[in-house]
Amino acid sequence: MDNIAGSRPALRWVTQISVILLVLIWLLPTVGLLVSSFRDRDQISQSGWWMSPFAVVQNFGVKIDAGTATSTADQFTITGNIFEEAGSEVIRFGGSRAAPTEFKAGDTADLTRNRSLTVQIDGSFVYTSPEEITRDPTVYFSLASPPEFSLENYETIMTSSNMDRAFINTLTVTIPATIIPILIAAFAAYALAWMDFAGRGLIIAIVVGLLVVPLQLALVPLLQFHNKIGIGQSFLGIWMAHTGFGLPLAIYLLRNYMVGLPRDIIESAKVDGATDFQVFIKIVLPLSFPALASFAIFQFLWTWNDLLVAKVFLPSNSESWVMTVKIADDLLGSRGGDWGILAAAAFVSIAVPLIVFFTMQRYLVRGLLAGSVK
Amino acid sequence: MSPMLQGIVTIVLGVGGCVMYFWLSNIILDKVIFPVRGPNPGRNINRANLVRPWLFLMPALLALGLYLMYPVVGSFIRSLYNRSGDEFVGFGNYSTMFADDGFQTAFLNNFLWILFVPAASTFFGLLVAQLTDQLKWGNIAKSLIFMPMAISFVGASLIWKFVYANDADIGLINAMRDYFGAGPIDVLQIGFWNNFFLMVILVWIQTGFAMVILSGALRGIPEETIEAAIIDGANPFQVFFKIKVPQIIGTITVVWTTITILVLKVFDIVYTMTGGNFGTDILPSYMMAYMFRDDGRATAVAFVIMLIVLPVMIWNIRQARAEMR
Repeated sequence: MDNIAGSRPALRWVTQISVILLVLIWLLPTVGLLVSSFRDRDQISQSGWWMSPFAVVQNFGVKIDAGTATSTADQFTITGNIFEEAGSEVIRFGGSRAAPTEFKAGDTADLTRNRSLTVQIDGSFVYTSPEEITRDPTVYFSLASPPEFSLENYETIMTSSNMDRAFINTLTVTIPATIIPILIAAFAAYALAWMDFAGRGLIIAIVVGLLVVPLQLALVPLLQFHNKIGIGQSFLGIWMAHTGFGLPLAIYLLRNYMVGLPRDIIESAKVDGATDFQVFIKIVLPLSFPALASFAIFQFLWTWNDLLVAKVFLPSNSESWVMTVKIADDLLGSRGGDWGILAAAAFVSIAVPLIVFFTMQRYLVRGLLAGSVK
Repeated sequence: MSPMLQGIVTIVLGVGGCVMYFWLSNIILDKVIFPVRGPNPGRNINRANLVRPWLFLMPALLALGLYLMYPVVGSFIRSLYNRSGDEFVGFGNYSTMFADDGFQTAFLNNFLWILFVPAASTFFGLLVAQLTDQLKWGNIAKSLIFMPMAISFVGASLIWKFVYANDADIGLINAMRDYFGAGPIDVLQIGFWNNFFLMVILVWIQTGFAMVILSGALRGIPEETIEAAIIDGANPFQVFFKIKVPQIIGTITVVWTTITILVLKVFDIVYTMTGGNFGTDILPSYMMAYMFRDDGRATAVAFVIMLIVLPVMIWNIRQARAEMR
């Protein structure tokens, strides 16, 4: 098929480059999060994640012991090495807090009160003073610390921040809320696709209409209803709520798919004496696997990623927080400036959907196409 | 009982219960109420087949009725009562709400969202769908642009919090400003424009959706129409705008409306990024600010959202009915 990029090489290059740019724009934010989640807190605040493969220049200060000073006729001298072990390299140094990196390693710095300081690249220093040195002086220096990547943020978030509990809660909400609506919807979809009865058209119209009803409407009345029948804010309540909210899409997708199944198979099975129940279980359900799979992915992603329903229908104590609530209501407040921890938490919460997405993408695309294109 | 265990029990009970319900109800219908044996089996079979669809539909209808239809009425009625729900105030909640500055801001912002997000998502979706069509690595590119669909709004907000961070060593935006010598800025606090920085997040998520559907539609265009245009000397841009776009305009409308509806439901992004501060509130987040505090006001907001969605709903139903005939 001939296209916009047609046969013109120039246009072809423009196409290539613009797609690369678009992909980069779409990908970079996520890559930034992923890289940051493995970085050390100090390094995050010192350099951007895009610089993370390179060494970070960090400033330090050490006190040197005035008691080790040796004296000659006219001056006192302290010598030593600012590193406890060899291997690091000093880039710049200074003798005052106000200008900690004033001088290059190897130079001699003239300090106040006629004192002087020399720091070599390997960390050895000579500190001289014409008078006796009474207080321990501080040597300031900068060095390049190599990039550090670790799982520390993940360990912190999983062990001390209750994220593991939130992960399990999310899983607990998601699985029943995915499986149960599929079953209910499959039966209804079969009835709407292959059974003839008065009112079928009306029910289909209602299902289509309910597809767009805003969830917000359901929150207050249903929470009241749950409180009245004694469920209150609980896991049972959120399972029921997700089941109800997922049904219109489930019925709609499954019905559209089932209508397209070959009529002959179903009718010959009926001629052979199969009841509707048998036809459904033995023929329609296995044939509808692709549609079932695509709805399952939708519902899984939707319930896993949901914040609104979880905030309203689950208890608001930290024991029942799902990951989205945990991040939005707790971590962003209590760990607001701790970017590494936030990144790790976010990545824990999006890892499972990403795996599902990349392994089952085929079904997701098919479901989207079936649900929208007419 | 731990929630995990409770979950497993629920799956077993829920799935088992559903299967048992469908199986048993069919058996009872066929064997007990309208048995095929007996005086007139033919009439019984017909009667059983009249009842059976409703057995299949029953659980779904109950759930739909309770969780989606009843709330429309229930919310409306609740919105006519005061904060604690014991005094009828007519449209009092609505009139105080419309007079509220916060509501007006949220309403206007939501209007901006509805204008910008569907347009931008559809535009980028169409662009990517068209550009990747010819590339060898087009599918990989599509897959990567589609990926944000799998990420929660909360996760996406966090990802973009990094991009927007008010620190040249964390946020890409400020790093770029720093590179060009400009001072750091908190983009989420720039009046009016901060709304657009929030919308970008939703566009980032929804472009993949638009792309997948429009790419499917582009592939469905009959090749003869394109070949004919090329033979007649149309350049690639003319082929795209005059031949392709008109043929998929129906799909573009569907994508556009679907994203519009979504925009009216998403409260997560505003809630996570700014909490509705700095003039960024939209209706769903405005509603959540009143949830648990003033149910009368909260349901009134929800009903306003419903009214905005209503035309789309009616249009959808008409389309579906037209198709059935």
